[in-house]
Amino acid sequence: MSKRIALIYLTLLFSLVLAIFPMPAFLSAFRPDWPLMALIYWCIALPHRVGVLTGCLVGLLLDLLLGSVLGINGLIFSIIAYIAAANFLLIRNFSVWQQAIIVGMLCAFYHLAEYWLIHFLTDSFFEPSLMWPAITTMVMWPWAFLLLRKMRRAFKII
Amino acid sequence: MIPLFGQGPSIQTRAVLAILFSVVLMFVDHKLDGFKQVRSMLNSLVSPLQYAANVPQNTLDWMTTSLAFRQQLIADNARLTEQHLILSEKLQRMHFVERENVRLRGLLKSPAREVSAKMVAEVMAVESNRSSQQVVINRGTLNGVYAGQPVLDDKGIVGQVVSVATTTSRVLLISDITHAIPVRIARNSVRSIASGTGFFHQLELNHVPHSADIKQNDILVSSGLGGRFPEGYPVAKVEHVVSNTSLPFAKVVAKPIANLDRIRYLLLLWPDNVEQKPIYEAVDSLVEKAEALL
Repeated sequence: MSKRIALIYLTLLFSLVLAIFPMPAFLSAFRPDWPLMALIYWCIALPHRVGVLTGCLVGLLLDLLLGSVLGINGLIFSIIAYIAAANFLLIRNFSVWQQAIIVGMLCAFYHLAEYWLIHFLTDSFFEPSLMWPAITTMVMWPWAFLLLRKMRRAFKII
Repeated sequence: MIPLFGQGPSIQTRAVLAILFSVVLMFVDHKLDGFKQVRSMLNSLVSPLQYAANVPQNTLDWMTTSLAFRQQLIADNARLTEQHLILSEKLQRMHFVERENVRLRGLLKSPAREVSAKMVAEVMAVESNRSSQQVVINRGTLNGVYAGQPVLDDKGIVGQVVSVATTTSRVLLISDITHAIPVRIARNSVRSIASGTGFFHQLELNHVPHSADIKQNDILVSSGLGGRFPEGYPVAKVEHVVSNTSLPFAKVVAKPIANLDRIRYLLLLWPDNVEQKPIYEAVDSLVEKAEALL
């Protein structure tokens, strides 16, 4: 039982590794937000296991890995986990493509909020290229969703 | 079994708690210096993930070196031997000049300059926050690295260490928007401060009067005034000077001498006036510590 639940955290950790995985410079602006996708999936699939506090933890780990001010990603990830977990019945019943649009919108919110917070703390400036991951995340969502669902069903994680 | 009724506080309460917690953390991490210790421990906690992300790059490196052609290794060897010879000759002259400098400074009754300890570090292939320019290196407190330490490469100053963990540390590049370094012009010792712009190829000199004698292609070296970077290492080269008298200051743009976007091996410096010392054999010191405990 607990071994199966550990698989949830394993996928979250793996998505964190993917978030810092080296990519060629021209591709790294398009990197999909893997931790965000994994978090949203588990929030809508198993809202009693993964929720706001897990989201906050994943965000804090991401802050540590990316070297940003501690709490920026923690704050945004807990908001996104809240949105996903509070509306899990609604999002679960959408088709995969409709879900992809919602995930893309959450991702766009993530990058805008991250920019606002960083701009508030230092004087960084906005670049439109910050928003590319919203589109790539939207495109990658159906595959991530199907993969994670297959895994959840194969290992009977409840 | 899925519980029919949720346990613990409601999801709204949890969300508010998580948001408050994050905001407090943001404040503490950004404003309070005392949090550095905690942050260093937390960084050590996640360094296994960074090493995991670095594995493919390491394997690839290992494969390219172990599968290299014999011909290429011979060519490399010849090139490096030649380079070594040329550098050795320069070093001989350098020793001579150094001795002379010590003697001259002795005549002037000024203290001689000390040499600082060095250690080679490798940049780990992991990504950082896109809005700031940082790299992660494979040396940490176990090697004696400390926050604020100057970092160079073979051409010039690269940046400084901002946070350390036990086996990794994070280097803020001089081109980051939050970084500034005191410099002087090698030609005429005009002092200034070079701050980062957020672009790898650009630094800006702050508050330069229109009358300042700064020209294109002037070399900027560290002035050592902030006490953080040792004096005399090359930092940047002036690209252009725009002196528009309708503005209060001249605009001076410089290009970092180190190739900040393609650094691989770095040099950590321990200036003589800091209490931290490099620990070259990190494993040995750990064994000693363990033996002392037993």
